[in-house]
Amino acid sequence: MLKRIAWAAASLPFMSSLAQAADGIDKLIGDAVSPFVYPIVGTVFYSVPVFGVSFPLIVGWLVIAAVVCTLYFGFIQFRGFRHSIELVRGDYFEPSDAGEVTPFQALATALSGTVGLGNIAGVGVAVYLGGPGATFWMIVAGLLGMATKFTECTLGVHYRNEYEDGTVSGGPMYYLSKGLSESGKATLGKILAIFFAICCVAGSLGGGNMFQANQSYVQISGIIPFFEGKGWLFGLIMAALVGFVIIGGIKSIARVTEKIVPGMAVLYVGSALIIILINFSSVPEAFGAIINGAFAPTAVAGGAIGALIQGFKRAAFSNEAGVGSASIAHSAVQTKNPATEGYVALLEPFIDTVVICTMTSLVIIITGSWVPDSGVTGIALTSKAFEANFSGFGYLLAIAAILFAFSTMISWSYYGLKAWTYMFGEGHIKEMVYKFIFCVFVVIGASMSLGPVIDFSDAMVFAMAVINITGLYFLLPKVKELLADYHEKLASGEIKKTVKAAAV
Amino acid sequence: MTDRYIVGFDGTEQSRRALDYASARAKKSGAHVHLVLVIEWSPYSFHTPEELNERHRRREQELERATTVVQPVADELNKAGVKTTCEVRHGNAAELLCEIATNKNATQIIIGRTGDSVFTQRLLGGLTITLAQVAPIPMTIVP
Repeated sequence: MLKRIAWAAASLPFMSSLAQAADGIDKLIGDAVSPFVYPIVGTVFYSVPVFGVSFPLIVGWLVIAAVVCTLYFGFIQFRGFRHSIELVRGDYFEPSDAGEVTPFQALATALSGTVGLGNIAGVGVAVYLGGPGATFWMIVAGLLGMATKFTECTLGVHYRNEYEDGTVSGGPMYYLSKGLSESGKATLGKILAIFFAICCVAGSLGGGNMFQANQSYVQISGIIPFFEGKGWLFGLIMAALVGFVIIGGIKSIARVTEKIVPGMAVLYVGSALIIILINFSSVPEAFGAIINGAFAPTAVAGGAIGALIQGFKRAAFSNEAGVGSASIAHSAVQTKNPATEGYVALLEPFIDTVVICTMTSLVIIITGSWVPDSGVTGIALTSKAFEANFSGFGYLLAIAAILFAFSTMISWSYYGLKAWTYMFGEGHIKEMVYKFIFCVFVVIGASMSLGPVIDFSDAMVFAMAVINITGLYFLLPKVKELLADYHEKLASGEIKKTVKAAAV
Repeated sequence: MTDRYIVGFDGTEQSRRALDYASARAKKSGAHVHLVLVIEWSPYSFHTPEELNERHRRREQELERATTVVQPVADELNKAGVKTTCEVRHGNAAELLCEIATNKNATQIIIGRTGDSVFTQRLLGGLTITLAQVAPIPMTIVP
């Protein structure tokens, strides 16, 4: 193990001197990948004109699914919110299950996969392109997405595979194939599952990898001039760190990140709150701008529809509701009632989008950092907004961004790996191949410019949503059945609060 | 009613001393000894997705390993004439020892001094100090 680290460390300076010789490696990598990216992006983001604005069908697809789930389960995200909190707090946790994965842990792990650069950089992009009004639609999308998340995570637990050695595999691959075969659509289920797995691998390389690497590079090059124009070098370093964890099995790095990330999230939200308090007098104005911008924006391409598209897009990309990724992480939880995990999971879009993303955009709007057509977008915009009150905050944000990015990459590498092994079967060499590819994409992601990266990432993640949601429609009645079963047990007293023993 | 002693046991030297003390007392008084091995675990710790996935298996392994530590000791004591039971639990040691003591109507908790320096104990709140503050029944700390 040590040898491997030493080798990697020694080879870094060598590689850097090698690459310095060839100037503009970033551009080279970017040019090589772009031709493959655009056709895919064009297909996924097929748009139709709505009131003169091109409206990507995929955004409508996600929103319709969220609305359908919300209505089908009778606004479960509002009715069940309290119950969700009780479950996470451990009010229903059986003491005899101590040592198993708790609802809190499943939620925290899934959150560390979704709370990432989408919350910092993605919101910057949304506000830049969609104006303050995008925030409103982002919140709406976040609230609706809670129902989608409920649905997919309930299914993830119900149809998971439990193996003899005690490990579990779950996620859309499993509920699509097993769930649909129950209702006599085995072939369709199999096809959807395989397609989902393919998109999940691609999504893990896109949104779960390249986007993260790219934006943390932008952030680091802003504060350490040395890295400017050397995306590939930063990529190599990141790839080495990711490699240590996923290939070298050095869990300590992941463990350290997992411990710092929640702290960083609290610090981030805390700083945002302080900035909002400092500028408290501008809060009404900011809310005015958000509401106005949502329905009658000026200076935004596409007007209200433009704001809506940006808000919905970023929300979906950030909280991954409907994408299916979170149900992979949630399926490991210890529970006899799949619906409980649905309840726990519906908090995810709430924390991720309604709380954290909204904080970011409020800071951007309140500090007046948003300047249309200024070219300041993504993480640079967020950074500028935070810097307006705390000079030097950029450093903190850079660290937060890189840690968020890192933990998101680790999570997604796992989602991708699960999809990979679903297709190719488990085996050391097969898994290594995927992990190696994953590391290569870190370098590619850091080297490319933001535009193509974000397009590719969005395209892949949303392609997952196309398949996942198709399956969800078929499986909605099953979820209703599971939910009814759970509520029956609650009502009959078969499931009782164990609060005294568990929540100390 | 027979007395029941709860003994915190984890296989370390200190916990063995606590056990020796408890069994000597039990021989005289005819009390039952209940060995408790606590595997430190928090419902709020953070894991990577991979760790979550392996959690169930690891838990089984932890329980198995802990049982091999505590079960032979209990058997030996039973042979020697001290009625002994044992259990392995996941959680916070202080909380669980108190909970078990209450549920089993125990008369005494006996644990070994952990051997941490005074400073560490003050800073991190060692088991002995915590337990001394919250124990629902008399407690003996064996040096």
